[in-house]
Amino acid sequence: MTSPIQPGSSADNHQISEDVANAAERRWAIIVILIILSLLAMMIFTGLHWAAMPPSRVESVDVRTLHIKGEFVESNLGTTVEKDGRVVVRLIAQQYSFSPQCIVVPAGTQVTFRGTSTDAIHGFVIGRTNANTMLVPGFVSTFTTSFPKTGEQLMPCHEYCGIGHEAMWAHVQVISPEEFFAKAKASERLNCVPR
Amino acid sequence: MFHARKLVLAHFWVAFVAFFVAILLGEWQMYIRSPLHAWVNNPEHYYRSVTAHGTVMGYVLPTLVAMGFGYAITEITLKRPLIGLRWAWAGFWLVIVGTLMAAATTAAGKSSVLYTFYPPMIASPFYYLGIVLVVVGSWIWVALMSINLRAWKKANAGETVPLAMYGNVAGAYLWAWTSVGAASEILVLILPASLGLTDTINAGLARVLFSWTLHAIVYFWLVPAYIVFYTIFPKAIGGRLYSDTMGRIAFALFLVFSMPIGIHHLFADPQVGSGFKFVHAAMTAMVSIPTFLTVFTIVASAEVVGRLRGGTGPFGWVKSLPWSNPMMLAVTYAFIMLGFGGAGGLINMSYQLNETIHNTQWVTGHFHLIFAGAIVIMYFMAAYEMWPQLKNSAPLSAGLIRAQLTLWFVGMMVLTMPWHLVGLLGAPRRMAYYDYTNPALHPQAITVTMSTFGGLLLVISAALFIYVLATARTQSAPVAPYSFSKAVHPHTKTPASLNSLGLWVAMMIALTVVNYGYPIAQLAATPNASVPIIPIGER
Ligand SMILES: [Cu+2]
Repeated sequence: MTSPIQPGSSADNHQISEDVANAAERRWAIIVILIILSLLAMMIFTGLHWAAMPPSRVESVDVRTLHIKGEFVESNLGTTVEKDGRVVVRLIAQQYSFSPQCIVVPAGTQVTFRGTSTDAIHGFVIGRTNANTMLVPGFVSTFTTSFPKTGEQLMPCHEYCGIGHEAMWAHVQVISPEEFFAKAKASERLNCVPR
Repeated sequence: MFHARKLVLAHFWVAFVAFFVAILLGEWQMYIRSPLHAWVNNPEHYYRSVTAHGTVMGYVLPTLVAMGFGYAITEITLKRPLIGLRWAWAGFWLVIVGTLMAAATTAAGKSSVLYTFYPPMIASPFYYLGIVLVVVGSWIWVALMSINLRAWKKANAGETVPLAMYGNVAGAYLWAWTSVGAASEILVLILPASLGLTDTINAGLARVLFSWTLHAIVYFWLVPAYIVFYTIFPKAIGGRLYSDTMGRIAFALFLVFSMPIGIHHLFADPQVGSGFKFVHAAMTAMVSIPTFLTVFTIVASAEVVGRLRGGTGPFGWVKSLPWSNPMMLAVTYAFIMLGFGGAGGLINMSYQLNETIHNTQWVTGHFHLIFAGAIVIMYFMAAYEMWPQLKNSAPLSAGLIRAQLTLWFVGMMVLTMPWHLVGLLGAPRRMAYYDYTNPALHPQAITVTMSTFGGLLLVISAALFIYVLATARTQSAPVAPYSFSKAVHPHTKTPASLNSLGLWVAMMIALTVVNYGYPIAQLAATPNASVPIIPIGER
């Protein structure tokens, strides 16, 4: 809006200034659309390139038989090294605790979490990492992440699940891969819940 | 105004009194979870308080403001008496009865399911029926807005619908369609369980249905604020609107893009596949377009004023703007909060970045900046602008209004910035208390204290707002009829597609069906998805 408008008939002036206004508006609309497209391109690129993806597949599970049979029976919860070498953590949430209450994982290694809820909707986030998921009864949540540093992290339930919600915190112990795999050889399933 | 005066006043008063009670509850929540107070001895009280705060702020306040403001806009812009005044009162009373029902059940501890419901937790049927009445009451308003516009168009064939009315009716249609999601969740899934007709519920499906409402409702809250930006702000600072067409495009785009995006709230949920998550993320990016366009048009409208007042150079016009004008101040505060909140929103909607902050205190910070910040400050301005019309009062005190707005802005920043910070550190939201003796949480204690003080400023600001409205003095001389801002180039021929909403409503419905049809059908057919319900307040 810098070019001065020469005096002329007022209808002319009106037309000229309107054209200027419309052109400025159109330029801005194009810029906005380019911004949005580049954001989308970034999402697609990081999604494909780093395989950074939110939990993806829809897998249901029967809550009524969860404790009795299948993957989520109590003896099968905790961290394990599968036959194919993958590190898998299985856990369940119920009002108002996680099982297991303390989870052991190796640092710098891909870890797959598989979790579900037996009652209300729960969720968890682990410390400052982006291990963050919802646990919806009837469905299995799966995601894979890795923990760069060793140390102990808090794992609160982050979804309101009833009046005991604020007391629902678990712990995650991130240990060195050497220590982890040595322990994993000794016992089939790992957790750090004191006995 | 013709005969809707009492009606509009009733809506505004109930909205703002409820708002004031809810803000006291909000501040109480911040206080008892801060280190300033010992642990609350019954966390149930905390969740009752959250349920009441959220229900009022999310449903009652914005619905009543949109309704009341909508009736005022109808009479002012169409320059004729409102058709269906009795129906409008019936809608108002439905909202009141619904609110009281929900409030009573919440106070009795029978509905601590928070305002997003959380099945399989199931509250007393009176809570849900109360919400249903609020929604049904607001649907009467939707119908009246449509009927009034139709009647006016019939009598004024070929004329351009005033921009304020265009946005108002767009907001009404948006609300009608987005409320269908939560309404069907309640009517089909929750109420049968609440009434004891069934003892299981499909929690995953319920969350998807709620997400249909959960994001678009924000744009319903936002429409009155945008009406103030486009049709009140330019005139209030002594200028004109830069572009009427851009206003129409913004309202039409909100209608189209705000619906098919709700699944971005479910990025971390297991019951929706990654394909639809991505589609909704892309659509969420699109819905920022109308806001970008609005920021340009409104800043350009201000620039015109700044230059007319003698400002020169690339930034000189900013200095010559009428800064003592409350409207100038309010829109500036709103844009700053919209800027921070919008930047946070881009992170929330990002398919990948969201994982870091999902369900942490960050999210609370984000939506308080957008809704309680940018939007509610414009609700204040809508009330201040309408008040002399409604009460036949002298102009309200600009000094008090400036103080009130500034307190609100500062309070909101002090409240939300610490929330963003601890959210990044992984602090979960919706906690009745934190154990600050835990070494990992101890450093976060100070941020909660800061937010408590931010909340205190907001309480003072809200009290001042009520005071200014309550002390407006009726004057004997009649107040000049209200008029909305004119455009700089008012004679532009408005294209037919931007003078009606049919095309945009059709696109809104079509996009929703494409983006929600499959996930809903898939979930309804998923085996094992129905899980036992958990009754609230019965043990
Ligand atoms: Cu929980």
